Amino acid sequence: MKPLSHLQIDFMGRRNIAFVVSALLLVVSIGAILFQQLNLGLDFTGGTLVEVRYGAAPSLDAIRVLLEESGFQDVSVQTFGASTEVLIRLQQAFDADVGAEVVNLLRSSGDSVDLVRSEFVGSQVGDQLRDQSGLGLLVALGVVMLYVAFRFQYKFAIGALLALLHDVIIVVGIFALFQLDFDLTVLAAILAVIGYSLNDTIVVYDRVREAIRTSRIDDMPQIFNEAINATLSRTLATSGTTILVLLALLLLGGDMIENFAIALLVGIVVGTFSSIYIAAALLLPLKLSREDLIPTKKELDEEEEELP
Amino acid sequence: MLNRYPLWKYLLILVVLVVGLIYSLPNLFPEDPAIQISSAQGDSLDEQQIERVEAALSENDIEVKAFEEENGQWLIRLRHDDDQLPARDIAADLLGDEATVALNLAEATPEWLQAFSASPMTLGLDLRGGVHFLLEVDMDAALTQRLEVNGSAMRELLRGERIRYRNTEVEERSLSIDFASSEDRDTARSLISRDFPEFEYSSEGDGRASTLVMTLSDQSVSEIQDYAINQNLTTLRNRVNELGVAEPMVQRQGPNQIVVELPGIQDTVAAKRIVGATANLEFRLEARPDTPENETETLTFRNEPARTAELMRDVIITGDSVSSASNSFDENGRPQVNIDLDGTGGTLMNRATRTNIGRNMAVLFIEHKSEDTVVTDPETGEETIEREPYVERGLISLATIQSALGNSFRITGLDSPTEAAELALLLRSGSLAAPIYFVQERTIGPSLGAENIERGLLSVQIGLLLVVLFMLVRYKVFGVFANIALALNLTLLVAVMSMLGATLTLPGIAGIVLTLGMAVDANVLIFERIREELRNGMSVQQAIQAGYERAFTSIVDANITTLLVAVILFSIGSGPVKGFAVTLSIGILTSLFTALMVTRAMVNLFYGSKPVKKLWI
Repeated sequence: MKPLSHLQIDFMGRRNIAFVVSALLLVVSIGAILFQQLNLGLDFTGGTLVEVRYGAAPSLDAIRVLLEESGFQDVSVQTFGASTEVLIRLQQAFDADVGAEVVNLLRSSGDSVDLVRSEFVGSQVGDQLRDQSGLGLLVALGVVMLYVAFRFQYKFAIGALLALLHDVIIVVGIFALFQLDFDLTVLAAILAVIGYSLNDTIVVYDRVREAIRTSRIDDMPQIFNEAINATLSRTLATSGTTILVLLALLLLGGDMIENFAIALLVGIVVGTFSSIYIAAALLLPLKLSREDLIPTKKELDEEEEELP
Repeated sequence: MLNRYPLWKYLLILVVLVVGLIYSLPNLFPEDPAIQISSAQGDSLDEQQIERVEAALSENDIEVKAFEEENGQWLIRLRHDDDQLPARDIAADLLGDEATVALNLAEATPEWLQAFSASPMTLGLDLRGGVHFLLEVDMDAALTQRLEVNGSAMRELLRGERIRYRNTEVEERSLSIDFASSEDRDTARSLISRDFPEFEYSSEGDGRASTLVMTLSDQSVSEIQDYAINQNLTTLRNRVNELGVAEPMVQRQGPNQIVVELPGIQDTVAAKRIVGATANLEFRLEARPDTPENETETLTFRNEPARTAELMRDVIITGDSVSSASNSFDENGRPQVNIDLDGTGGTLMNRATRTNIGRNMAVLFIEHKSEDTVVTDPETGEETIEREPYVERGLISLATIQSALGNSFRITGLDSPTEAAELALLLRSGSLAAPIYFVQERTIGPSLGAENIERGLLSVQIGLLLVVLFMLVRYKVFGVFANIALALNLTLLVAVMSMLGATLTLPGIAGIVLTLGMAVDANVLIFERIREELRNGMSVQQAIQAGYERAFTSIVDANITTLLVAVILFSIGSGPVKGFAVTLSIGILTSLFTALMVTRAMVNLFYGSKPVKKLWI
């Protein structure tokens, strides 16, 4: 692979186009979240549980295929105690007929099937998860802002926070827009996106800080361009390896991890984009100047010497 | 200039590597699906029976890995998960009443590894299934408990206003208090109805037989029941998934039942004890000799049934006010539980103890249990199981209050360290709002199809392979270093997860591989920096030194910020979010260690102590 060092892309020159793109994506995402809402999976909504008894041990895969082809969503099929007893969970609002409907469908393949019971099942996660995790996320964002403000400067903290919000809103928005199944694995993926996006932002910031300190010119957009170009090969390598993993998961992994991979793919693309065009580019309208970083310079240098 | 590491750093890496290997190795020996056969009469089974089973299994094309006998019990290890249920059915049919046949997951870890108490990660409900418990919440008890609490609060209110009352009685869904005169009753009625709007009030009798009857409205009954179910769900979730990495399934089923599914559990007895435990604590003062009898209660000690104590009926606080609890040992090596109370609990405790220094305070251990009896209907001959719930209450300690107690204190008087550990877990995870009973216990198969599992596993292997190839192509020799570090990173990650007793689900495996894909970031940063410094004309050794040094702040800053998020999510979040935070933190720490120290050690060993003209990077 050839080095990218000779490349000097004028990132900051195109920042206004990027702002417009981001704003559009945000509007579409927020609109989708508000008006279409998330298509929450079985983990969040609960559904119906049907227990059936077969005359002879059936093929579980065949049951899965049959139910999914008939329009049932989020089907989970498991043996229950014995190989002839099968427990089926469906994301289907419970009513008294669901059990009979499922049994009739299963009988259509000629097996002898009896309904043992059908019952409503609640969500796998409680309100506690939503409330506490929401609070946790807010506190975490607050602490991260403080840390970034302390290690860099408060303007950086604002940029990092906005970049994070941008990424999360767009990923959730895409799930709402295309009505993809939002389950616990997708929630985990979104937390991973937060981690990735922060990581990427800080790496760009670190280089921006270094460039501001060492550069002799005062033209901020030019300094930013140099810093971002310097991290470009790293950014491409890291997001490259991660995207390779995700493509493998998406194309080969099957249903269970498909949405997980989609959430992360979207998250990593917007996360990389936002590190440059939200986190870094927003420092320009915030009027970041060299003086913002100089008072803290001495303190930071001392700390760096102690760390290794 | 040369790049060298002091010897201790190499030794440290070596030690971490060895420990990591020991604790991650058991995962290479996954548990075997097995069936366990024991004689119904308790004597040992004879070889012929086992031979018949063997013949029947091979007739049905079930591949057997091994037959093992231990203490008269036979363990038949099978090759395939799918064969476990049919094999059990075959053996049970064949042996009939002579033997008990049960499913088992047989540990396959070699003994020398077991000696380090190393064990593999459990496979999740999606990959292997587990055990399914159906629990029923005792709604009547939930109502009674609520009425008792309300009764206690009403008595307190009446005492505060100096209104004399005689008896309080709790029935199905109503509460009644006796008064000495109708005037007292009427004042009490207006006083209580202001504070307790959820009751319907009626006055019965008059004069010395005045009674106030308070009945819960239908709406408040259903509110109390909903609350009981939801509270129990939360508590059970906390109990079976303290760290968030156990991947259980806890959900409501129907109006008053709860399903708990636990992955890979072998010891269902221990699991049931934790899931179904309804233990709670109450802290009460010992009665004074002059306390009126209707305010006291005589209770026995748990360890010495002959010893009793006279306690106040009013409760200072219950286990519900405990915010955290841990178990340890006191100075004499006896088990104890350290308790921290929440704000309200601390205030109540402080108020009660401050004014009662010198009196005795008792810790009461309360457990709801039930006894099943099989009742045969004389007419139809049909057998039904009748459940008789009962409450076991016993004192675990009675000690003099030496000084006002605050938010944290400890209790002693427990039987064993296991009991202390279980009590601490129960107090930490909150008590059940209503007692629960086991209705059904079954094994459950994997929720994912075999094909889905295969595809998932294939995709993560390919993903991992792509990362390795990418690093090799891009960074050549340094890519080899990074890949070795990556392998060590995976080993450490798996080792720590195994030690924490984490459960491996398909998304979890995908997450681990993703962590590895992201973990190369630190090495990428360093290697890119080395290349840059080389281009700027630095000598090889200087470039290595500068590359590691200059990338260091970026790496540390980026990882500390992410680690902060993880730590906060862990301390505030719950369930799967907590589990994610644990995995993320471990991933960050292991990848920092391997990317910074391990690759540097390799670079130093390889290039560090000799003049090098060109780096293959």
